[in-house]
Amino acid sequence: MTGKAVVALEAVSKAYGATRALDGIDLAVHEGELLSLLGPSGCGKTSTLNIVAGFIEPDAGRVLLDGQDVTRQPAWRRGLGVVFQSYALFPHMSVADNVAFGLRERRMGRREAEARVAEALALVRLPAAGAMRPSHLSGGMQQRVALARALVIRPRVLLLDEPLAALDRKLREEMRAELREIQRAVGITTIFVTHDQHEALGLSDRVAVMNAGRIEQLGTPREVYQRPATGFVADFIGASSALEGRAVDAGTVELAGGQRIAVRLPRPLEPGTRVRLLIRPERVEPGDGGANALPARVASVMFLGDHAEVRLELPGGARVLAVVRGTVVVEPGDRLTVTLPPDAFLEAP
Amino acid sequence: MIGRLVVLALVLFMTLPTLVVVVASFNPTAILSFPPQGLSLRWYENALTYPQFRRAALNSLIVTAASAALALPIGTAAALALVRYPVRLRGLWNTALLSPLVVPGVAAGLGLLILAARLGLLANRVVLIVAHVVLVLPFVIRSVMVSVANLDPMLERAAASLGARPWRVFRRVTLPLLRPGLFAALLFAVIVSANEFVVSLFVSTRVTEILPVAMFTYVVNYTDPTMAALSTLFVAATFAAVFLADRLLHLSRVFQIEGHR
Repeated sequence: MTGKAVVALEAVSKAYGATRALDGIDLAVHEGELLSLLGPSGCGKTSTLNIVAGFIEPDAGRVLLDGQDVTRQPAWRRGLGVVFQSYALFPHMSVADNVAFGLRERRMGRREAEARVAEALALVRLPAAGAMRPSHLSGGMQQRVALARALVIRPRVLLLDEPLAALDRKLREEMRAELREIQRAVGITTIFVTHDQHEALGLSDRVAVMNAGRIEQLGTPREVYQRPATGFVADFIGASSALEGRAVDAGTVELAGGQRIAVRLPRPLEPGTRVRLLIRPERVEPGDGGANALPARVASVMFLGDHAEVRLELPGGARVLAVVRGTVVVEPGDRLTVTLPPDAFLEAP
Repeated sequence: MIGRLVVLALVLFMTLPTLVVVVASFNPTAILSFPPQGLSLRWYENALTYPQFRRAALNSLIVTAASAALALPIGTAAALALVRYPVRLRGLWNTALLSPLVVPGVAAGLGLLILAARLGLLANRVVLIVAHVVLVLPFVIRSVMVSVANLDPMLERAAASLGARPWRVFRRVTLPLLRPGLFAALLFAVIVSANEFVVSLFVSTRVTEILPVAMFTYVVNYTDPTMAALSTLFVAATFAAVFLADRLLHLSRVFQIEGHR
């Protein structure tokens, strides 16, 4: 891994009553990178962000900012920019006063502050909104103001708490791309909390997949998608189908329907043991591709425009999800041959 | 149609006693009678020049102003604590702070009287002020609590993340956003304190008594329409205060719970 850690968490734990919200989190965020905390609600991703921000104190462990221990430092001393899911714009202030809030707290001169506010509003492409009230802005515009307000103080780290969750889909996709452009342009180290895997995969340099207060896997989007470290990660990120079977030898599995398939897994299988194999829908290839070509019946088709999701049933009852291009016509009941490439399988622990 | 009639009847029923007093206050004769036999302002003159009323009005002003000035910060702190923080025995605190609403005034007055006598403060306005603070607090706390509940805690976090220390967060974000609740609280405090009678009767002397007590004493001794005149002035002043508050502060909005965005 390159670059030094801007934010580091060391064995951070936090409990609410009997619930362990965070259970020994270790995490290092490097200079200029965008790291996502991805997981279902209640996995501890927001608690992690709140601990970095200084809104809550961990029960155990340390928080380091540029190598300095800030575990007991209050939020207002940390100099981090935070964008909230609800945007949390001050309703009693104009947009310009919202953005200038942090500058006033830093006792910056009026003229310089005005210049910085104008610059920040231009960065988020809202140069003319300064005099407006936040309540008169659309959700997307409020989002931009919140981003400008967080960036104008030139924070060491930008913390984004589900910033796109409240937007409708089209706007969300636009803002996702724009957020990434702004983050790159400013070059700011960013922690991004989301439950949306598309957001996390599409935006991040690295993704930390969280579950039940722990980090299940930390890696590039490609790594967590293609080589999930745990069953939870394989299940949570991307769709995948599970095939139950029994290992015949180190590289062969007999499925419930009696079909024998070759698999190439990171570790050899123990003959005789039960195995649960996972396969991504886009790795299921229609047609006879050589090894592991199996007959299948189309159980259902969900046409989604550019692509269609096809549910296939193998002899013996196992179901496999496949993705085909939207131009391919398949109907429920069709019989066809599919190929499951040996290196396409993941083993679910 | 029937609904409208019912509403009309209800309004009439609720305002009739006040209207009778207003009309009676212009009666030129020396007895409280209805309907009046003519029109006169002599009882208004008497009300405004009667020395004990003047003294009592000044007492009222002092006690009401002082109790509101004390109850507002205390009540705001209590409201913030009760809504925001995991206070131990929250239910108990809630009940205790709101109990003046349900404890009979006679009991509260008697208790304060005994305490005041024990402390040698019987002839002191401090006792009255303390009593009014206690009586006004439930209203203040309730009003401010509504505003606190409507205040998004994320706003305070946002302010802190932008470098505002706790006091600055309170000054620049919390307090301005609590303003509607605080105005409502102030209005309640003034109205409740200015009209308080039972408890005040126990803990005031001829020198410290407030207007409602002085009015009661007057009624016990005289039966002329001076009381009606003074009551009319009292009602008019309260109406004017509420009207102005509504105009200037858009009070009607305060009593709605507005969801935050």
